[in-house]
Amino acid sequence: MRTEAKLGFALLLTPLLLWLSLLIFVPHVDIFLVSLRERIGVGQYQTSLANYLTFFQEPLYLWTFLRTAVMSSVATLITLVIAFPVSYYIAKMIKGRAQSALFLLCLVPFWVSELVRTFGWMILLRETGVFSNVLQYLGLVDGPVEMLYNDGAIMVGLVYTSMLFMVVPLVTTLESLPDEIIEAGYDLGGNGISVLREIIIPHAMPGIVSGCIVVFMLSLGNYLTPTMLGGKESLWFTELIYSQFIVRFNWELGAAFGFMLLILSSAIVWGMLKLTGQSLEKTMG
Amino acid sequence: MTADLDCIDLTKQFSGVTAVDQVSFSVPPGSFFSILGPSGCGKTTIMRMIAGFLEPTDGDILIKGKSVLNVPPNKRPVNMVFQHLALFPMMNIADNIGYGLRRAGMGKTEIAYKVDEALERIGLPGIGARKVDELSGGQKQRVAIARCMVLEPDVLLLDEPLGALDLKLRERMKVELKSLQAAFDTTFVYITHDQSEALVMSDKIAVMNNGSFEQVGTARDLYYRPDTAFVAGFVGDSNRWRGQVTKTEGHCLELRTETGMTLRGVANGRALSVGEQVDVFVRPEAVRIAHEQAELSRFDNQISGKVTSLLFNGAASRVIVSSDAGLGEVEVNLPQSGEFADLVKGSDVHIGWSSDQGNCFAARES
Amino acid sequence: MTKQSLALSTAVSVVLIGGVSAANADTLRLLTWGGYAPEEVVAKFEAETGHTVQVTKSNNEEMIAKLRATGGGGFDLAQPSQDRIAGPQEEFGIYKPMDMSKINMDLFIPSMMEATKGNTTVGADVYGVPHVWGTSGLVLDTANAAMVKDYTDLCSDDVAGKVSYRLKRPTLIGFAFSMGLDPFAAYGDEAAYTEIMSQVEAKLIECKPGVKTYWGGGDELMGLLRSGEVVASMAWDTGGWKLNEDNADITFVAPAAGALGWVDTFVLPAKGKADDAAYAWINFVMQPEIAAMITEAAGNFTASQGADEFAAADLKAKYQASFPQEAIDNIKWYPPVPAGLEAIEGGVLDRVKAAN
Repeated sequence: MRTEAKLGFALLLTPLLLWLSLLIFVPHVDIFLVSLRERIGVGQYQTSLANYLTFFQEPLYLWTFLRTAVMSSVATLITLVIAFPVSYYIAKMIKGRAQSALFLLCLVPFWVSELVRTFGWMILLRETGVFSNVLQYLGLVDGPVEMLYNDGAIMVGLVYTSMLFMVVPLVTTLESLPDEIIEAGYDLGGNGISVLREIIIPHAMPGIVSGCIVVFMLSLGNYLTPTMLGGKESLWFTELIYSQFIVRFNWELGAAFGFMLLILSSAIVWGMLKLTGQSLEKTMG
Repeated sequence: MTADLDCIDLTKQFSGVTAVDQVSFSVPPGSFFSILGPSGCGKTTIMRMIAGFLEPTDGDILIKGKSVLNVPPNKRPVNMVFQHLALFPMMNIADNIGYGLRRAGMGKTEIAYKVDEALERIGLPGIGARKVDELSGGQKQRVAIARCMVLEPDVLLLDEPLGALDLKLRERMKVELKSLQAAFDTTFVYITHDQSEALVMSDKIAVMNNGSFEQVGTARDLYYRPDTAFVAGFVGDSNRWRGQVTKTEGHCLELRTETGMTLRGVANGRALSVGEQVDVFVRPEAVRIAHEQAELSRFDNQISGKVTSLLFNGAASRVIVSSDAGLGEVEVNLPQSGEFADLVKGSDVHIGWSSDQGNCFAARES
Repeated sequence: MTKQSLALSTAVSVVLIGGVSAANADTLRLLTWGGYAPEEVVAKFEAETGHTVQVTKSNNEEMIAKLRATGGGGFDLAQPSQDRIAGPQEEFGIYKPMDMSKINMDLFIPSMMEATKGNTTVGADVYGVPHVWGTSGLVLDTANAAMVKDYTDLCSDDVAGKVSYRLKRPTLIGFAFSMGLDPFAAYGDEAAYTEIMSQVEAKLIECKPGVKTYWGGGDELMGLLRSGEVVASMAWDTGGWKLNEDNADITFVAPAAGALGWVDTFVLPAKGKADDAAYAWINFVMQPEIAAMITEAAGNFTASQGADEFAAADLKAKYQASFPQEAIDNIKWYPPVPAGLEAIEGGVLDRVKAAN
């Protein structure tokens, strides 16, 4: 019986271990090893930290990473600010069918691929696009307006792509807040702002933090949206990695960039957790 | 002296359905007022209208003589202890109690002083730094009350706050709540579906059914002089029979039940005439049980029968007696004096009660 | 695909064909550009030889990245440009030498064959044979951007905000020629090349405000030009001719400094498994009638001897309009890119991208 139980346990664990080791651990080790190679001649390599040195010595790379991180943070913040009232409405203000319908509505954009979604925004924002034409028709502007190929367009795309990943954890945590507690907050003299600050937000904190982590990481690792909507001004870190690997044939530097992205984004998430006094266990549990 | 709380013709309709129908009552300062009723009778709706979470469809609510209809919940001099207490889990005990004071803009040191004082008063000094989930059910209860009481409300509303507690604790908290009310000297309005809570604690009780009050009175009034059949049936236990009036003699009347028993009861001033359908209520403790019929000679209702079941429950033990004539069953309190210790299922017994104890009401179709 | 399943599928196809064809039937995994393997050509080839063809569409960089990732496996025939063969071969060893005896030399235009052989020789071995050739230059809306005659004219104020080009090496090379420099001559001299590139970098940064966007894919550029959001762009000749069908004002123009000529080749990946099928494909598609079908689909001419006769008249007319004789003489053919040059260009491109 005991051996059977052990066997069952091992069988249950195997897919997880395989997944962790084959799809996560081994590729990362491989990437790390590649990142430590330095090309010294045609087909000749030696082990060194030269690629990491390049990352820190070339201000362009550091700057690109910084820009990516800041833009991702801003996108996360905007997503939170938009998603919070939406989630609150879904979780607390409506019930039953309307609730599921609205929740489903948040899911709808994800029924098409990211590429199609991004093309959709390009059609809306481009100079000969829908927004530009509507503004001209309304007489608000004289000529065509280009809304594509700037940071604003990237932001719109990122927020749109990330919305669901913020709404889901927020709705879940907000739904777990009993109406009674909110009412008690008002009953004891609180107004909308203080109830939000002292009761709703502290309660929703685990959802806020986990939503923010997911959205931040998704934005940081997004390639398609910044490249397509940002055009000549995109300058996204994943783009750098892509071009090192594919265009420059420089896998070594690309691997070093990839590893730096992993380390720096982990550090940022860790810092955010510390700053908000949350722990990963609390957030994910 | 003006009442602390006056409700005048209070009405609430939800999309055409009337939940509260022209309810009026007045609660004098410092009293413990309960609204007792089955779930769905509209008592919670009344409470939420007083607290300000619902807008009445019609009628007025006055607190200390002033209408509060246009005052939002956070400005009303009324606080509420919620069914599940609604302590803020994200704050410690001191912050929970100090929440309302902070909202009122009181200084930090003063808040700390008031919180300590409140904790002292509820008998839980020094627990301010603890978390909500570290407290027992009874302690949470007291903290929830203290959290409201530091704000010195004119009226404290309590929405079945004992419902979630286990039986033993509930019994103790009944006594404790009553003494807390006396200590704070504040008007309590308490809603419950548990009659024993209402009977034990209240100065006055309103029995509510289908959106309106059936009777407002002291516990004794409700128990001994119910105005309506609903109150007689809802408050305390009763034997209840339906029958037809066969004879009236002053305020006494004789009736024949549907199963064929002949009983005598009183109308207590209600106009009941021969031929009318009535419900008669007799409390189990009003029925006397005896081994010999002779002992019951002074009662004008007498039945001989056999014990069909024994319901032992300490001081509240009962037996169910089935009449020999096969005319029905009667629930009877069993005195624990030892005299009936040998009673078993099937024993022959005699029971009887005076007609004063048989409260008759005109039968309502239900 | 595992060895076993490949063997199995081969066995199955052999059984299915049932010895109708004398040759062994193979699956040819072809890594190529869009338009180079039209369905009708594939169908004809399969019917004639019994081989099956799996087509994967890609571009130069991805082809090399894919082959590098597998050490030259996963495909049996690839089609990078001829300037991208010698460098990657020296660096990564992803190709195998061509057996010229298996190729029907009569099908090729001799001068192009010689040029490609020269460009794709590493050591004593030849690695590539030519297939499709074409140029990149300027695609203009002549009604609105007639003043653009050369790459550097894309920086002109007249077309500011309505210009697009790729942020890739052809742009660097084109601008260098247009600025009177000769980057090809500096290929072997890293210092000189770096100097040229830094001048180009300064020019591109100066031009950046007037650029609408750096286009990434052909479809994106087509959309920009069709909508009129862009009136002047660097692009392939075929793109211009295709747009010309919809809008007579838009066409391909050879720049004053010279169009950049490229030749896409056939190469054998180092771990290719169906060499016979690969040679069969090469000899099949280089037949004049078949080559004309590919020209029809891809829009570019091939190195097939005599295919011109079968090419559509309108395409020939467009070609002649875009390329007067002196423009043909002025085409700058890409020499092989020495390994490591990409690093210099990469830095320039990154800095241009980051510039404000």
